[in-house]
Amino acid sequence: MKRQQIYQQVAFGGLRLSTLTIISVLGLIIWFLGKEGVSALSWEFLTQAPRNGMTEGGIFPALVGTLCLTLGAIIFALPLGVFAAIYLTEYAKQGRLVRIIRLGINNLAGVPSVVFGLFGLAMFVEYLNFGPSILAGSLTLGILILPTIIRASEEALLAIPQTFREASLALGASKWHTIYKAVLPPAIPGILTGTILGIGRAAGETAPIIFTAACFYTARLPHSIFDQVMALPFHLYVLATEGTHFEKTLPLQYGTALVLLGLVLGINLIAVIIRTRLRRKIRW
Amino acid sequence: MANNTKIMVENLIFYYGNDKALEDVSMLIQENKITALIGPSGCGKSTFLRVLNRMNDLIPGTKLKGKVLIDGYDIYSNTTDVVELRKKVGMVFQKSNPFPKSIFDNVAYGPRAHGIRDKARLTNIVEESLEKAAIWDEVKDKLKQSAMELSGGQQQRLCIARALAINPEIILMDEPASALDPISTAKIEELIRVLKEKYTIVIVTHNMQQAARVSDYTGFFLLGELIEFSDTNKIFTSPQDSRTEDYITGRFG
Repeated sequence: MKRQQIYQQVAFGGLRLSTLTIISVLGLIIWFLGKEGVSALSWEFLTQAPRNGMTEGGIFPALVGTLCLTLGAIIFALPLGVFAAIYLTEYAKQGRLVRIIRLGINNLAGVPSVVFGLFGLAMFVEYLNFGPSILAGSLTLGILILPTIIRASEEALLAIPQTFREASLALGASKWHTIYKAVLPPAIPGILTGTILGIGRAAGETAPIIFTAACFYTARLPHSIFDQVMALPFHLYVLATEGTHFEKTLPLQYGTALVLLGLVLGINLIAVIIRTRLRRKIRW
Repeated sequence: MANNTKIMVENLIFYYGNDKALEDVSMLIQENKITALIGPSGCGKSTFLRVLNRMNDLIPGTKLKGKVLIDGYDIYSNTTDVVELRKKVGMVFQKSNPFPKSIFDNVAYGPRAHGIRDKARLTNIVEESLEKAAIWDEVKDKLKQSAMELSGGQQQRLCIARALAINPEIILMDEPASALDPISTAKIEELIRVLKEKYTIVIVTHNMQQAARVSDYTGFFLLGELIEFSDTNKIFTSPQDSRTEDYITGRFG
């Protein structure tokens, strides 16, 4: 074999190995959770509230709580993030200010989630007086996923060929019409990718909701956005750290983790399906 | 050059940053005639074309001196509405650039952008524009299909239809056939000849036979200067400047 070919083989081997490693880690997690948690899964587990000091029963309130919080975070962060991205890529004069803003957004993405929790506590729970609630939790999670959505939306907008903008402007369309009708539609699949990542994070984060939304236990379902809710990741944390019974609740913990994982994968799947449909329709 | 002057360019100087792209260009463009701009790559002919509908505004750091008058109005004055200008001055680009939308929505894009919502009226405009662009027969049964599924030549005629739909008075064409096969090119050229009855056309082309075939007037650009501008016949049979002669006889470029 020639030297070139050997290099090529080594490089490919390395790339393949990296990919395999990543896939197997994911596979292991799913396999492990599936093996341990599947026994806890039942219709009752999904539709009932916890009973007997949370050693029996289901996780329904936590499931509903997590859905509310995630949905709330997306409703808040998606329009805000997309508008910010549009402003940064299409309107703002590219220069020092925009660079500083981008740097700020990137740094926001690196802030530990517990800091967001504390910020939410100070800002939404205390100062704006929402109390620990779906609203406060959703806003906190929303801020947490904003950088992800902004970055993905920016990438998506920048990937749209300049010729679309030119074609639209040359037809006498205003700048806003151009963005709204010619640039945004083909960018939606890319924006959805960022949203998917955001959903996964929002549903799974624990620290930001401990102070702002999640409660230890309630059998009652939320009636308004000012209610406190149970949430899957926090429920898992509670079950796993609550000293006396934690061995007894082990299957429940695995079951909860499995449901949380399933929920995130499920939401992602829906977004991926929408994205694929859109991509088929909008191609260039 | 009797006729009516549609566009008057006076002592135009154009900069990209510090690079001078056009050097003191003056030109009178006649109404309902086809004016071809020829010259080697980078000579400024496309820049000149894009001055006429202020497409260069999109590029940061450009600077313009001199005057560009369309129907006697200075299009670079502070009171010019760029949107109105571009409604009047349509453009067809070198690479066909339909939107990833249906054929109908592509043609209806301009009218919709100008606030026409009435479905019947839009349908009318779309049909008329596609007919004018000589593509109606090929697409009339698939208006809902994506424009991306059309062939390159069809896409370019669709782009022409899209430009016609806003009812412009002037159409700028930036090498509209350079990426097309000979048959599609012939169709586009035939179309351009028909269109001049209603529109003033300015076309940039690399192809000198094309300029000779379709245009009434030809301007030859070199290094940002308009070397010669005259009747197409005259330019191709008895050019006044030796550089023009060298270029059209293929000695360089």
